[in-house]
Amino acid sequence: MSLLLSVQDLRKTYGRLIGCTNICFDLFVGEVIGPVGESGSGKTTLLNCLSGHLPPDQGQVIFDTRSDGPRNTVTMSEPARRMLARTDWAFVQQHARDGLRMNVSAGGNVGERLMALGARHYGDIRLQAEDWLTRVEIDASRIDDRPATFSGGMQQRLQIARNLITGPRLVFRDEPTGGLHVSVQARLLDMLRGLVRDMGLLAMIVTHDLAVVRLLADRLMVIKDGRVIETGLTDQVLDDPQAAHTQLLVSSVLQV
Amino acid sequence: MIRIENVSKSFTLHSQGGTEIPVLQGTTLGVAPGECVALTGPSGVGKSTLMRMIYGSSLAACGSICMGGVDVAKAASRDILTLRRHTLGYVSQFLRVVPRVPTLDVVAEPLLAVGHHPVAARHRAEHLLARLNIPKRLWGLSPTTFSGGEQQRVRIARDFAYDYPALLLDEPTASLDPANRAVVLAPIHEAKAPGAAIVGIFHNVPTRAKVCTRAVDLSAFIPREAA
Amino acid sequence: MTEEAYNFAYLNEQTKRMIRRAILKGLATPGYQVPFASREMPMPYGWGTGGVQVSAATLTPEDTFKVIDQGADDTTNAVSIRKFVERTAGIATTTKTSDAKVIQTRHRIPEAPLTEDQILIYQVPIPEPLRFLEPRETETRKMHSREDYGLMHVKLYEDIAQHGHIATPYAYPVRVEGRYLMDPSPIPKFDTPKMEMAAIQLFGAGREQRIYALPPYTKVTPLDFEDPFDPSKAPHPCGLCGAEDAYLDEVITDDTGRRMFVCSDTDYCETRREAGHRGKDAA
Repeated sequence: MSLLLSVQDLRKTYGRLIGCTNICFDLFVGEVIGPVGESGSGKTTLLNCLSGHLPPDQGQVIFDTRSDGPRNTVTMSEPARRMLARTDWAFVQQHARDGLRMNVSAGGNVGERLMALGARHYGDIRLQAEDWLTRVEIDASRIDDRPATFSGGMQQRLQIARNLITGPRLVFRDEPTGGLHVSVQARLLDMLRGLVRDMGLLAMIVTHDLAVVRLLADRLMVIKDGRVIETGLTDQVLDDPQAAHTQLLVSSVLQV
Repeated sequence: MIRIENVSKSFTLHSQGGTEIPVLQGTTLGVAPGECVALTGPSGVGKSTLMRMIYGSSLAACGSICMGGVDVAKAASRDILTLRRHTLGYVSQFLRVVPRVPTLDVVAEPLLAVGHHPVAARHRAEHLLARLNIPKRLWGLSPTTFSGGEQQRVRIARDFAYDYPALLLDEPTASLDPANRAVVLAPIHEAKAPGAAIVGIFHNVPTRAKVCTRAVDLSAFIPREAA
Repeated sequence: MTEEAYNFAYLNEQTKRMIRRAILKGLATPGYQVPFASREMPMPYGWGTGGVQVSAATLTPEDTFKVIDQGADDTTNAVSIRKFVERTAGIATTTKTSDAKVIQTRHRIPEAPLTEDQILIYQVPIPEPLRFLEPRETETRKMHSREDYGLMHVKLYEDIAQHGHIATPYAYPVRVEGRYLMDPSPIPKFDTPKMEMAAIQLFGAGREQRIYALPPYTKVTPLDFEDPFDPSKAPHPCGLCGAEDAYLDEVITDDTGRRMFVCSDTDYCETRREAGHRGKDAA
């Protein structure tokens, strides 16, 4: 397995408040990692720092880019980072409405990254969009419909197609199943797992739902007050938690 | 194949004022290829805990657990993940799967994870489900709705789909009727024959006698302060 | 006749200098929208305040000025701007494209090719081609600086998906020298290929306070998919002069709905008729 993302001593503060600090970890191709913690623990801050949405105060984020090899995404130029954001990275938003263009058809949404990368053949763009709609289980005949006419679960799947069409290597997901009906969540989870496996990508999934991470993540990173307090294999962290806060988190989950 | 040396384990309960519960001490055990070792001892002696430590889902306090060139007690997470994908299978007491995924896909998943062709993987899954007496009409349904015995057999089908050289069996026959128990034991025997190293917990004594080559009583490793 | 109360061409010299600096900057960065401190003009926004200010800063007393609106010299907007310049600058005006040094236009490019000593000044309502896709100016400026123009193709993609073809008949977005995405002002798609020309082209947006420019022979490429760009026009010759190559207006001629197609460029049509060309509806 090859090293894809290496985070060293990452820190982000909001004035006197600590967003996250002293974050160090390495991630490899094919892994799914889940930062877990309570609301306000710093999960989303960490995700935003890694995905280039927030500039960290210090530290390095070394990402193995497809075109130029390992690069520090904190110090690279904004255009280079934007290019990464639409080629090697995918960011799937918690609310599909934030991640989709609601006034553009499903096909336009899915094709946008291709066009941003210079695809200029209408027929090709459309074929690829149809292929991806099918892969996320949306009927290809809906290609010209606007996302507003889609259900919540379909919007989430459309968002996934829109992000994965360029074959990213690193997928960021913020609360991937938040706000969805349980049965819809299940389908989405299974699809995500299949895509991670088939495309050999690295996924970082932020959620406070421990049942979701148990099914999705290989490794967990428990975060409290902006610090990583425990890391390990998902089943090890959940079944044999070491830190006091992790034990509290795990024991607070309702059993079903 | 599996070499356990001087492994100890204790649980610290932070919510109860840091109470420490020692479970195992100085556990030493070797399992050769083709061997099936049953862990025995009274309830609470640490059978499941030892199984989980071998699988890496529980942390050993000290000692080493070596197989396939990896010391699970010290290895990095990703090495354990690779080990689980290619070397070490685990039939646990719980079937944890994404709800709504068809049984056939659940069983085929370990094969897909190591890169088998989807068609071949499904074919193998069908074969195993048929052998384990899971009615064909259930293959397209999610196992989360199945009876206890059916779930157990799905679990076994899933973990025997890929030929792991090392296997952990946690009560594989617990909720099965005698007919199905026999059905389940067949693939275990078959795995043992070409040289898989198996560690298992079997409460049913006749079953244990049928499958296992020897038994190890973990009472020998009860920590002194707990005894 | 000049009224002595006015400075030459209405604007004071400081303002003209400010506008000229914006024009020079625009010429140095073709297609880039240069902000400028647009002045109140004695006409409402939307009537060409941007174009008039650029014209005022460009004109010299020796110049001959022409104004067209939708190609015609005799429409209200064209007449009033021409009168305004006559009154405040006292310079010669013309309706002949070939005689004019500075041509201010709304929505058309003259049919006759322009020359190196001419300047074409466009009135621009909305200078930002990305405006309807991304309403935030802060974002569109970033998109321009990063050549982040994928979104514009999403718009064209949507046109084809919804209408079967690119349904943008005017203000068709163009790339300038492979760099800036530019709104050519609401000229018909038919005129877009003419933008690679010998004359200097200046664009003024008064309400939006932006000036941009194209130096002579700048490469201007319509944004498109790989299927060829189609400069659409009505499939008729001009009813008056018989021109096959001109952009046409459709004119309803009586109450029974009889109609004719005539050149939208009135000077081009007259020049052709003077040269003896006749269309089927010519008297």
